[in-house]
Amino acid sequence: MSELRITTDLRSSPHLKQTVSVPQIMRNVVYALLPVCAWSVYAFGISVLLLLITTTLTCMLSEALFCRLSGKPSSISDGSIAITGLLLALTLPPGFPLWMAAVAAFVAVGLGKALFGGLGYNVMNPALVGRAFVQAAFPVAITTWSPPFLPGRFSEVIPSTLTAPFMKPVPIEQWVEQQSIDVFTGATPLALQKFEQIITPWPDLLTGTIAGSAGETSALIILLGGIYLAARKMMDWRLPVGVMLGAVIVSLPFWLLDASRYPDPLFVLLSGGLMLGAVFMVTDMVASPVTPLGVWIYALFIGMLTVVIRLFGGLTEGVMYAILLGNAISPLISLVTQSKIFGERQKP
Amino acid sequence: MLNSLFNRKSFKHGVRPQEFKELTNKLPIRRLPFASTLIVPLSQHAGKPSVPLVKPGQEVVRGQPIAAADGFLSVPQHAPATGRVESIQLMPSARGPKTQSLILHVYQASTQQELYENAHDIDTLSPDEIIQAVQEAGMVGLGGAAFPTHVKMKPPPEHEVDTLVANGCECEPYLTCDHRIMLEQPGNLIQGIRLVQRALGVERAVIGIEDNKIDAVRAIAEHLPNDAAISVEAVQTKYPQGAEKMLIRSLLGREVPPGQFPSAVGVSVFNVGTLAQIGELLPHGRGVIERVVTVSGPGVAKPGNYLVPVGTPIRFLLEFAGVTSNAHEVILGGPMMGMSVAALDVPVTKAMSGMVVFEQQNPDIERGPTMPCIRCGYCVDACPMHLNPSMLGLLAAAGDYPTMASDYHLNDCFECGSCSYVCPSNIPLVQYFRVAKSVNRDLAQKAT
Repeated sequence: MSELRITTDLRSSPHLKQTVSVPQIMRNVVYALLPVCAWSVYAFGISVLLLLITTTLTCMLSEALFCRLSGKPSSISDGSIAITGLLLALTLPPGFPLWMAAVAAFVAVGLGKALFGGLGYNVMNPALVGRAFVQAAFPVAITTWSPPFLPGRFSEVIPSTLTAPFMKPVPIEQWVEQQSIDVFTGATPLALQKFEQIITPWPDLLTGTIAGSAGETSALIILLGGIYLAARKMMDWRLPVGVMLGAVIVSLPFWLLDASRYPDPLFVLLSGGLMLGAVFMVTDMVASPVTPLGVWIYALFIGMLTVVIRLFGGLTEGVMYAILLGNAISPLISLVTQSKIFGERQKP
Repeated sequence: MLNSLFNRKSFKHGVRPQEFKELTNKLPIRRLPFASTLIVPLSQHAGKPSVPLVKPGQEVVRGQPIAAADGFLSVPQHAPATGRVESIQLMPSARGPKTQSLILHVYQASTQQELYENAHDIDTLSPDEIIQAVQEAGMVGLGGAAFPTHVKMKPPPEHEVDTLVANGCECEPYLTCDHRIMLEQPGNLIQGIRLVQRALGVERAVIGIEDNKIDAVRAIAEHLPNDAAISVEAVQTKYPQGAEKMLIRSLLGREVPPGQFPSAVGVSVFNVGTLAQIGELLPHGRGVIERVVTVSGPGVAKPGNYLVPVGTPIRFLLEFAGVTSNAHEVILGGPMMGMSVAALDVPVTKAMSGMVVFEQQNPDIERGPTMPCIRCGYCVDACPMHLNPSMLGLLAAAGDYPTMASDYHLNDCFECGSCSYVCPSNIPLVQYFRVAKSVNRDLAQKAT
C-alpha cells in the first residue's frame, strides 16, 4: 500500500452549500421584471425603451462611480443595481424627460444606496428614493401622463422625453391630440376615480390598457412575475399578500359604507402602483424585516397606509410614500418582533 | 399510506441538503483489518479522562480493560486488539489539543478472536446494575456526542422520564452507518432498548427513523415484540431531524425548553448505534472496541461502511478505502456538523460516525465570495431553533458578542449549520457564532 499523501484543506462546517447566491437571486428578479418592461415598451413605445436604458445605465455608472469613490470593488455584477435601474424607470411616467430620469437614477444610487454603505446597508428601496426625489423636484413632469397604444409610438418619441437638460418638459397635449382618435384627458384610473368618481373596469386594469407609470399598468404581468419569484423562493410571498390584505382591510369597509364615493377593493388592488410596489418593491429583501411576525406587520402596514393616503390624502397615489415609510420603520419592526425560540412557545 | 404522506412527523424549519447516501446505503458492514499501531486516547468522551490500568511493555488481550473510569462522569477503555502497550504519551487528536493516549502495537499473527469476557445474565440485572454494566462497557453516545451513556440513564430525580427515544434519523448527508446497523442488527437494537428501558423504568420506547430509510423501518418492525412497548415511526427526511430536540418534537410533539435536557419533558434519547452496541455487548460484559464508520464522499475510491477498531489511525482507514488523486478535504463526522482535520495521524474514536472526503473544486462545497447580508431571511426560515441568524451575524460582524448571547439566544445555537448552508451571501455564520461563543466564555472566565 503506497504512502498516502494528501494536503488537507481546513474549513468550518457546514461543508455543504446550497448553491443559490445573491447574484442568482438578483438575476431572477431581473427575469421577472423583463415581461413588465416588455409590456410597457409595447404599450407606450420607444419612449419607455429610452427611459429604461437611461435609468439602468445611469444607475450602473453611478454605482461604479460611488464604488470607486469609496474604494470598494465594483458591485455592478451582483445585479442589484440593474433591478434599481429597471424599477425606477417602471415607476416614472412614460414620457418622463430623460435628463430628469438620469437625475432620479443618480439620486437613487447615491442617496438611496451608496451613502448608506452599498448593498445590504441601505435603509430604503433605492429606486423609490430616486422616485421620491423627482416627485418633489419635478412635480409637473412626474404627473404628466400619456395614453397607451398611440399609433405613432414606435416611430416617434413622446415630445417630453427629449426635453433638453435643465429645461421644463415639453408639453405633450398637442402631440397626443394628433395621435389619438378619442379625446384623452391625461388622467390615470386613480385620478379618474378620485376626482370624477369614474371607475375604470377591472379587465382594463388587469391587462394594462390604461394610462399610468410605465410599468404599473398591467397587474396581470406583474403578478405573473411575482408568482415566478415566489415559486423559486426568491421572493417572500407573505409580503405582497400582506400588502394586498392590508389594502382590502382598509378599503372594504369604506366601500361598503358608501360605494359611490369610495372605490371597491378590487379597483384598489389593481389600480395605480400598488401591484408593482407589492410584488417588486415591498419585497426588497434589504429593506424589509426578517422576523415572521415582522414580515406581516410590515406588509399590512404598507397596504393599509397606501389606501389611507389614496382615500384621504391630497395625492392620488400613496404606494411610494407608504413603502418608504415602511422601509423606515422596518428595522424597528424587526427589533420588536423577535420570534420566541424553540422550546419557549410551549409550556412543559 | 397516503395519510402518512400528508401527515409526516416533523419539526418546523430545517433544510434539505442532497443526501448522497446512495453511495453506501446498500453496502453491508465490512470489517477493516487491524493497523499495526493503534492509538487509544484516554479522553474520547465528555467528562474526565480514563486512568490507565496497564504499563508500557505490558501485553494485552483484545477486549481487556486497559483504562478505568475516573468517577461517575467518565468511562473505561478496552484494548481494541491483542498486542503490547508501547507507551502512554500525548498524541494529536481530531479535536485539536494533544491528549494522553495508549499506543498499542498489534500482534499481526494473532487471530484477534475476542478473548476477554465477563458474562452477565442480563435478565436478572437490576436497573443500577445495568447502568453500571453500561459504564463498564465504556459506552458513549456513538452518534457523535460522545457523552457517557450511563450518565444519561440516570436523569435528575426531579424529571420523570416516561419515554425512551431511539434516534435512527441519521440526518447528516453521506452517513449510512446507523442505517446499516438497523438493517443488519435489529435484534441487538431491540435488546439494547429493552435493557435501557428497564434501567430507566420507562414503559414506552419509540424508534424514530427518517423516511428515506423505509427498509430499516420495515426490518425493525418485523423484529418488534408483540407487547407494544416498543414502536417504530418514520419521520420526515429533513436536516437536522436527528438533533434530539427536533426528533422529540417530531415524534412526541414536546419541545425541550431552551438550555434544558430532554429529561425536562420526560424523554431520554439514545442513538440506535449506541443501543445496538449495548444489546450486543452487555450480555458478554464486553467493552466498546470497534464501531461502524461510513467512509464516503467524492474523494473516496471505495466508499463503504467499515467496522473499525477504535484507535485506528484515519490514515490507515483512508488507505484501505482509497482516495482519489484530487482528494483535498477530510471531514470527520458528517458534512454538516463534522470538522475537517489537519493531520491524518489522528485515531478513530468511539464517537466518529463517518469520514467524508471531498475533492478540490467540488461544486457542492464551493463557496463564492462573502457578500453583505441582504436580509433575505433564508436563515431565519432555516434555523430549527427559531433564532435570528441574520441579526446574530450582523452583531458578530460588529463584534458585539455579549448582545448576541443576552438578547439573541446565541447559546441556544447548536451549530447545525442550516443558516450557513442556505446563506446566499456565503456568510460563514456558524463560524461567527463559534467565535462569539468562545470569546464570551473567555470574558466570563475573566470576570470570575
